[in-house]
Amino acid sequence: MTIRVREAPDRRVEPPAPDVVGRGPWELAWRRLRADKVAMGSLVVIVLMVLVAVFAPVFAHVTGHPPNMQYHREGLTPDGLPRPPNSTFVLGTDDLGRDILVRIAYGARISLGVGVLATMLTVVVGVVLGLLAGFLRGVVDLVIARLIDVVLSIPFLLVAIALVSVSGPGLTITILVIGMFSWASMARIVRGQVLFLREREFVEAARSLGASDLRIMFVDVLPNVLAPVIVYTTLLIPVVIIVQATLSFLGLGLPAPAADWGGMISEAQNYYTVAWWFVLFPSLALLITTIAFNLLGDGVRDAVDPRIGRLVRPR
Amino acid sequence: MLRFLVVRTLTGLFVLWVISVAVFVLFFVAPSNVAHTLAGRQATPETIALINHRLGLDRPLWRQYLDFLTNALHGDLGYDYYHQQPVTTIIGQAFPITFSLAIGAAIIWLVLGVYNGVVSATHPRSLRDRSLTVTSLVFYSMPSFVLGLGALYFLYYKLTLSGHTWFPAGGYAPLSEGIGPWTRHLILPWLTIALVSAATYTRLSRASMLDVLGEDYIRTAEAKGLGQRRVTYRHALRSALTPVVTQFGIDLGQLVGGVVITEQIFSLPGLGKTAVNAITQQDLPVIIGIVLVASTAVVLANILVDLCYAFLDPRVRLT
Repeated sequence: MTIRVREAPDRRVEPPAPDVVGRGPWELAWRRLRADKVAMGSLVVIVLMVLVAVFAPVFAHVTGHPPNMQYHREGLTPDGLPRPPNSTFVLGTDDLGRDILVRIAYGARISLGVGVLATMLTVVVGVVLGLLAGFLRGVVDLVIARLIDVVLSIPFLLVAIALVSVSGPGLTITILVIGMFSWASMARIVRGQVLFLREREFVEAARSLGASDLRIMFVDVLPNVLAPVIVYTTLLIPVVIIVQATLSFLGLGLPAPAADWGGMISEAQNYYTVAWWFVLFPSLALLITTIAFNLLGDGVRDAVDPRIGRLVRPR
Repeated sequence: MLRFLVVRTLTGLFVLWVISVAVFVLFFVAPSNVAHTLAGRQATPETIALINHRLGLDRPLWRQYLDFLTNALHGDLGYDYYHQQPVTTIIGQAFPITFSLAIGAAIIWLVLGVYNGVVSATHPRSLRDRSLTVTSLVFYSMPSFVLGLGALYFLYYKLTLSGHTWFPAGGYAPLSEGIGPWTRHLILPWLTIALVSAATYTRLSRASMLDVLGEDYIRTAEAKGLGQRRVTYRHALRSALTPVVTQFGIDLGQLVGGVVITEQIFSLPGLGKTAVNAITQQDLPVIIGIVLVASTAVVLANILVDLCYAFLDPRVRLT
């Protein structure tokens, strides 16, 4: 706590001060985020990536190359190797003579789709269980807290591989598996916050007004934990995208002809010495997406809680 | 302290028990074709029934699980379906490889990550801070298989082409063959894991150091006339390490089951690669064994983390 001595009041006539506008914390956060050039830049990249995903058929239409079409004559060298980038195949072809650009565009659908859906599932499960555990305490908390311990002790990747291989690869199972193992950290964060919030006066006030537990949890307490939830969510999306790509890389993504970044990189690994473009471009797509989401996540964290990470040592 | 250890060990055992049940059920409900694979294409139903009987797969689930549990408590994790090797032997062969990989990588990333974080935090907004922050963000966003393939391309393929055969493309040389070959085989896998993980630690220790450096006791230490280095590394770093230790515990525990990708790319026959092979063959005893070993690692790491808290911050009481 520092005490500042006010400067002597200025005698000059000051111009009329602009009206003070009351701004909610969310509006303030949004303003801070908009002022953050890096975060806004990465938001633009993400929007572009989403557009690529949405308009993937346009890529196929313009190039005239459907994503799974194999061009054995034009797309492969006489030795049957992938062709480097050229005017027909802008980013080159893969080992089966398919257009890498078009496949990357279609792959964006999988990566972003799974990224968003699995993250949503994680957030819903994590927030609800965290709220229940923190608010109701007692037996409910005991069970959920133990469950969190169990889930966090599971060697995630191994069990995920096992689950996907048992049930057969597919989109739904990928999303479910990721959701099943990622909710625990979210639940732990929310639970901690709620344990503290439930003792506050506004909860007591709501209760004395006759609000039910359910109402207090979701109407009064939930908005107060949204800040950490939003921050964690933005930072979770890139992690989920990486996990999905990793599963595909291990051959547990979508079944064969489907285009998917992790799967493309996996197909490319046997050709990395002869066809650099085959590895490079899907990897770049993946990397650009995750970097953009991480930068945006950092920006959101700074905007929602300007204290964190912005502390500069006074010297 | 004793109470703490007892309680935590019991909770840990409970967690392991739940996991073992879950994995068992998971693979039992899945359609199993182990017997088909073993018997080959032309097998008669009698042969398949016989194989199922030999492997004990025709008994009810609870019976199989009970036998597994009794044996496991006696240190016997069963035999693999295909070569009848004891699972403990298989794990025993794979474990040193994963352990070498994990320990080496962990040391590199911890030192690299924390050091960079401290440098960043003590020179906030300097050029060094900014470039370290950007670099760690890039590595943080990079899937390990992308980094691994990149390392293979540049540090194995390009170097070898230009006549410098410094690193092999993959494989493992046990420590008994000498420390040189061992390191040479492991250095690329180490870097792959370490660079991806170090980024987290740089970010974490930077944020944590910045918080701590703003504390009053740091000003006191400086006011006493202590040197910059002493204040940074003795006073600030010690309490800034708490979140780092938490993360390290989680990561180290997860590493035993999480080096799947790196082992796959660099063909290291460690636990991860063994597990993936077992999973594709539905070799249940091996899968359960490895999952249990990996989970034990996580549980142990968590207990160690809590012990470290008490060491780093004397205010923490273990109950």
